[in-house]
Amino acid sequence: MAPHDLRRPFKRAAISDQQRRRELSLQRQAQNRRDAQHQARFLAHTILSLQNDSTEPEQELESAPQVEQQAQDFDVRQAARLRGPEARRCFAKQLMLPEWMIDVPERLNTDWYVCARPAGKRCFVVSSNGTTVSRLRNGSMLHRFPSALPNGARTNNSSRSGQSYCILDCIFHEPDQTYYVIDMVCWAGMSLYECTAEFRFFWLNSKLVETGACNDPSPYHRYRFMTILIYNCDQEGLTAAYAGPAPYVKDGLLFYNKHAHYQPGNTPLVLVWKDESCSQYVIDTDSKGQIPDQQQVVLELLDDGRLATSDDPSIIFGCLEQDFIQKTELQAGNLLRFAISEGGLCFADGKLERADLHYLGKPNRARAFADSYSKVIFQYTARHSPLRIEHLLASINSVNEEENTDMVG
Amino acid sequence: MAMEVTQVLLSAQSVDSTVRKHAEETLKQFQEQNLPGFLLSLSAELANEEKPVDSRKLAGLVLKNALDAKEQHRKYELMQRWLSLDVTVKSQIKACLLQMLSSTVSDARSTASQVIAKVAGIELPQKQWPELIGMLLANVHQVPPHVKQASLETLGYMCEEVVPEVVEQDQVNKILTAVVQGMNASESNIEVRLAATRALYNALGFAQANFSNDVERDYIMRVVCEATLSPEVKIRQAAYECLVSIGSTYYEKLAPYIQDIFNITSKAVREDEEPVALQAIEFWSSICDEEIDILEEYGSREFTADSDIPCYYFIKQALPALVPMLLETLLKQEEDQDQDEGAWNLAMAGGTCLGLVARTVGDDIVPLVLPFIEENITKADWRQREAATYAFGSILEGPSPDKLTPIVNVALSFMLAALTKDPSSHVKDTTAWTLGRIFEFLHGSTVETPIITPANCQQIVTVLLESMKDAPNVAEKACGALYFLAQGYEDVGSTSPLTPYFQEIVQSLLLVTHREDAGESRLRTAAYETLNEVVRCSTEETARLVLGLVQVIMTELHKTLEAQKLSSDERDKQNELQGLLCGCLQVIIQKLGASEPTKYAFMQYADQIMNLFLQVFACRSATVHEEAMLAIGALAYATGPNFAKYMPEFYKYLEMGLQNFEEYQVCAVTVGVVGDICRALEDKILPFCDGIMTQLLKDLSSNQLHRSVKPPIFSCFGDIALAIGENFDKYLMYAMPMLQSAAELSAHTSGADDEMIEYTNLLRNGILEAYSGIFQGFKNSPKTQLLIPYAPHILQFLDSIYMEKDMDDVVMKTAIGVLGDLADTLGSNAGSLIQQSLSSKDFLNECLSSEDHLIKESAEWARLAISRAISV
Repeated sequence: MAPHDLRRPFKRAAISDQQRRRELSLQRQAQNRRDAQHQARFLAHTILSLQNDSTEPEQELESAPQVEQQAQDFDVRQAARLRGPEARRCFAKQLMLPEWMIDVPERLNTDWYVCARPAGKRCFVVSSNGTTVSRLRNGSMLHRFPSALPNGARTNNSSRSGQSYCILDCIFHEPDQTYYVIDMVCWAGMSLYECTAEFRFFWLNSKLVETGACNDPSPYHRYRFMTILIYNCDQEGLTAAYAGPAPYVKDGLLFYNKHAHYQPGNTPLVLVWKDESCSQYVIDTDSKGQIPDQQQVVLELLDDGRLATSDDPSIIFGCLEQDFIQKTELQAGNLLRFAISEGGLCFADGKLERADLHYLGKPNRARAFADSYSKVIFQYTARHSPLRIEHLLASINSVNEEENTDMVG
Repeated sequence: MAMEVTQVLLSAQSVDSTVRKHAEETLKQFQEQNLPGFLLSLSAELANEEKPVDSRKLAGLVLKNALDAKEQHRKYELMQRWLSLDVTVKSQIKACLLQMLSSTVSDARSTASQVIAKVAGIELPQKQWPELIGMLLANVHQVPPHVKQASLETLGYMCEEVVPEVVEQDQVNKILTAVVQGMNASESNIEVRLAATRALYNALGFAQANFSNDVERDYIMRVVCEATLSPEVKIRQAAYECLVSIGSTYYEKLAPYIQDIFNITSKAVREDEEPVALQAIEFWSSICDEEIDILEEYGSREFTADSDIPCYYFIKQALPALVPMLLETLLKQEEDQDQDEGAWNLAMAGGTCLGLVARTVGDDIVPLVLPFIEENITKADWRQREAATYAFGSILEGPSPDKLTPIVNVALSFMLAALTKDPSSHVKDTTAWTLGRIFEFLHGSTVETPIITPANCQQIVTVLLESMKDAPNVAEKACGALYFLAQGYEDVGSTSPLTPYFQEIVQSLLLVTHREDAGESRLRTAAYETLNEVVRCSTEETARLVLGLVQVIMTELHKTLEAQKLSSDERDKQNELQGLLCGCLQVIIQKLGASEPTKYAFMQYADQIMNLFLQVFACRSATVHEEAMLAIGALAYATGPNFAKYMPEFYKYLEMGLQNFEEYQVCAVTVGVVGDICRALEDKILPFCDGIMTQLLKDLSSNQLHRSVKPPIFSCFGDIALAIGENFDKYLMYAMPMLQSAAELSAHTSGADDEMIEYTNLLRNGILEAYSGIFQGFKNSPKTQLLIPYAPHILQFLDSIYMEKDMDDVVMKTAIGVLGDLADTLGSNAGSLIQQSLSSKDFLNECLSSEDHLIKESAEWARLAISRAISV
C-alpha cells in the first residue's frame, strides 16, 4: 500500500480549452435543437402569442369572418409543417414591405407621414425570454444579443414573464451599430398590428426611451436603439426629411399612411421613394456594386411558365416556353433574374402590356422574394423619367392651393 | 490438474521479446483451455517455498489478473467465471493463499494478500467465504510479527475491495479493534504498526458507527494522532493520510480534536520531513474543500438551518495561525520547479492551500497576507519576491472585488514591470500567473470597477506579448493571462478595447506556436487555446481578420498532413498539433457562422476545410477525431443544406465515430454531429438514415458503451425524426420498443443516489426529446395513426415521472412539451386519452404556474395544443 498521490493542480486553469470547446458545442447543439423544436411547434413565440392575443377565446376567430388576411396566415398548425427555408420565408412574410412610389398618392400632406430612411439592413427585432434576436428580410438571423428591450436580456430586474416580448421593425445601421426603429409591431406583449400608424409611432416614441433601449451599449445591452424623426408630410416636413440633417446615412424617404394598420407583405400604404441626393442606392447595382447597363429584375416562375412579381395578386411580366424550362431544369417556384432589353416596358392604360426580358440566371440564394411590381417600375422610371422631389413638393403645394381655392370658393 | 508453470513464468519475464511473447501466449492458452488447472497451478506455484521469488510473484500477479480487470465488462466476466468454478478447486486455491500469509518471504506474503482481497471482493458480496475475516483476525493475534503484518495488510486490501454494506457491524468492530490495536504505540514491531496504519486508511469507510460513538472515536483519534508522532517516518506519513481521510469523511465529528490537530500539523509542516509535511498541509486543504462545498450548498439553497452538514468554520478559527504557517512554506521553493512537470513540494502545496483558504474565508485573509507581500516583494532574494507574488496570486479568488480592486490597482504596474524586468525566471513565471488570476477574477462585465482602463490596456497587451517570447514556462503563463484578458471582454458589445491590438495579438500567438521550444511547458497548446479565446471574444470589427485567419490555420493543418514517414514520437506530436488546429478551426467556424454576413464570406472556404478534415480522419488518434468531429458539426451548422455534398465522403467517418465504443467521447461527439447534420440537411439526410439508425440502435443495445452516450442517442432519434418526418415510420418498430423499455427503467428512481438521479434525468430528457421529434416529424402526415398505439404508454410515462417528483427543470420542460406535441399531432384521436391523464391536469397546471419561463412557455404550448385536440 503505497502512499497516495496528493498533488493538486498547480498554477493551472481548472478547465481545459478542449473541454470548453466540447461544452460550447453541446450548448450550441442544444440551442439549435430547441430552435428546431420551436420552429416545428411554431412557437417562435411571437407568432403564437400574436395569435393568442387577438384570438384568446378560440371561437372568436371563427365568429369574426374575414378578420385580417395575416391572422389566417399565422395558423400555427399550418405553419408548423414548414421547415428550413419555407419556415424562414413564412417568418419573413411578417414584415410590412413598402411599395415603391411610382406616382404621388392623394392627400399626401394630410394623410401621410414622411421620414428619412436610414441606410442599412431591414430587420425584425424580437425580444423574448431574456434574449433579443434580429432577423433579416429573408428570415435569417442577423444578431442574437442582450438588450434593454422588455425581456431582452437575462438580468435580475427584468420580469421573466413569457408573455412579455417585443417585435420591432428596424433598420440596422452599420456605421454606428445602431438599430433605428422604423415601426413597432408588438410591445411588452401588446400587439400593435391592429393599430394605426399614428398610434404606433406615438407608442414607439413614448415607450422605447423609458426602457433604456436608447442608451449607449453596455454588457446587458449590446446595441443601441434609436427612434427616427417622423414628420407630417407637409412642405416643411418633407423638406426636413429630404434635406435636413439626420444622425444616420439616409437611404431615401419612407411615407406612412397615418390610418394604416401594420400589414405584413407588400402594401401601398407605406411607400418608399429615393433620388440621388438622399440615397446612394437609387438604381440597383449588381453583386459587384456596379450599375448594370440594363435594368435587372427578379421574377418568380409559376407552374404554367408565367413570370410573376411578388405582389398579391401578382403581376405577370411574361411567359417562358416549356422547352426552355426543361432545358434549363427550372422548376415552378424558382426565382429567376432577367434583364430588361432594348424593347423596355410597354404600358397601355396605365397597365403593363409587354416587357422585353432577357434571361440571365438564378439570383443569389439568400433572395427570398421576387421583385414587386412597384419596384420594377420605380427602377424603370428612375432610369428613364424619374419622379423628382419637385413633383412631390408640387403635389403638396397644389393640394394647398386647392384647399385655398376651396375656401375662397 | 495442476501443471508445472515455473519455466513459463520465468520466460514471461525474459528480456528477449520472442521468448517473452511465446510464454505469454502459452499462459493465455492455458487460461482459456483449462481455467481451474491454470488457477490451481498458479496458486501452487505461489505457495511453493522452493520456487524462485520471481516466478512466485508473477504467479500471484497473473492470478490476480484472472480475477479482476479495470474494464467493467471484463471485470464482471472474470467474476462470473470464478464463481462458476468447482467448490473444491476454489477451496484449494484459497487454502494455498491463506497459508502464504505465514510465509517468511515477504514478497510472497504481500502478493498473497492482494489476491485474497480480490477473491474476497468477489465472494463476500455473495455471502461466500464467511470464515475469511475470522481467520485473518485470528492471525493478527498470533505471535510471529510477519504473520500479523501480512494479515493486517490483507484486511486493509480487503476493505479496499468490498463495500461496507457486505460486512456485518460485529465483524467491522472486530476488524477496527485489531487494526487500531496494531497501530498503538505499544506495538513494538515497526512493520506491524505500519501495516495496521495503512489498513486503517482503507477501513475508515467502515467506521461510520464507531465514529458516532464518542468513546470509540476518541480512541481512534488518539491512536491516529499518536502515530503521527512515531519515530518512523513511514508511519507518520501513513498516520497523516488517515487524518486527511478522516478530515473529509468525518468532517462533522472533528470539532473536539481540531485544536490538537492544528498543533501537530503545524509542527509537522515546520519541522518534519517533506512527505509528512505535505500530508499535514493536505489535511488543511481537504478541510477547505469540505467547507467550500458546505458554504456553496448554503449559498445555493435559501438559507435554512437544516442543511445536511453544518459548517464549523474550522478554517476561519484557525486563520490567524494557519496563514503565517502557510506563508512560511512559500519561501521553500525548489530552483527549477517550474520546468518540472511532476514537481510537488512544500511551497507548491502551501500556496495551493493558501488559495483554498482564501476561497473559504474570503475577505478575512487579505489583511493577514498583505504585510507579507509588502515586506517581501521588493527584496533582493528571488525567493522572497516569488513568495510574495505567489501569496498575492493565491488570494485573488475568494475575497470580494471591493476588497481586492484597490490593492490590484496599486500592484498592477509593479507586476507589469516585474514581468518585463525581474532577473529571476521563477518570479516572472509567478508574476504572469498572478496577472492571469487578476484578469480571471477581477476583470469582466460583472465587475463594477474596471481595473483595465484605456490608460493601461495598451501597456498590458504590450508586456504580455513581449513576455510570450520569454522562457517557455513564462510564455505559457503569459498566454494564460492573455486568455483571461480576452475572456473579460466576452460581453463587451460591438466595440472591444482589444480591437486595435487584435492583429498584433494573433501574430504573436502564431509566432509562439512556431517556437522551437513550443513543445515545452504546454506552450503550444496554451498559445492555441488563447488564440481560440481571442477569436471567440472578438467583435464584428475584427471579423475580416478572423476570416483571414481561416487560411492561415488551414495552411498549418495542410502542412501536418503532408509530413511522411514519422517516428511514433513525431506522429504523437503531429496528432496533438492536428487536434489543436481542428479545435481552432472549430472555434473560427462557430464564430463566423454565428452572423449572416461573416458566414456568407466564410463559405468560400467550406470545401477546402471539409477536405482537410476528411484527411485528418485518416490518422488514428481519438483526440484528433473528436476535434475534427466537433469542427464538422460547426461546419454543418454554418453550411446548412449545402452540407449534403460532403455526405457521400464523410459518411464512413460518421459511421466509424458511432462505432467507437472504447473512446466514448468520440462516439458522443459524433452523435451530436448527427444532430447538427439533421438540422442542416433536413430530409436530404434520408439516404444515410438506414446506416445511422442501425448504428445508433447497436450503440444502445451495447453494454460496452459508456452510459453517458445513451441519453444523447435518444435525443438524436428526435433530431432524425424531425428531419425526415414521416419517413421515420420504418424505424418506429425498432426505436419505439427501445424508448419504451428505457422509459420504464427511468420512470422510478427510488433508492438511487444523487448521481443516479442526475443520470436518470438525463436519460428521461433524451427519451422525451425523441418522442417530441417523432411527434413533430409525423405531424399532418397520413402516417400519424402509426403513433396512436404508443400514446397510452407515453402518457403513462409522463404521469409516472410526474408522480415521482424528482425530475429537474429540463425534464419538466421537455415532458410538458411532449404532452403538447402528442396532442398537436394526434389531435382528436388522443383527446380522451389526454383528458384521462394526470399530466394534462395537475402536471400541466404546475408547469403553467412555474417560475421558469422555458417551462411556462412549453406549458402554454401544451395547453393550446390540448385545447385544440379536445375541441375538434
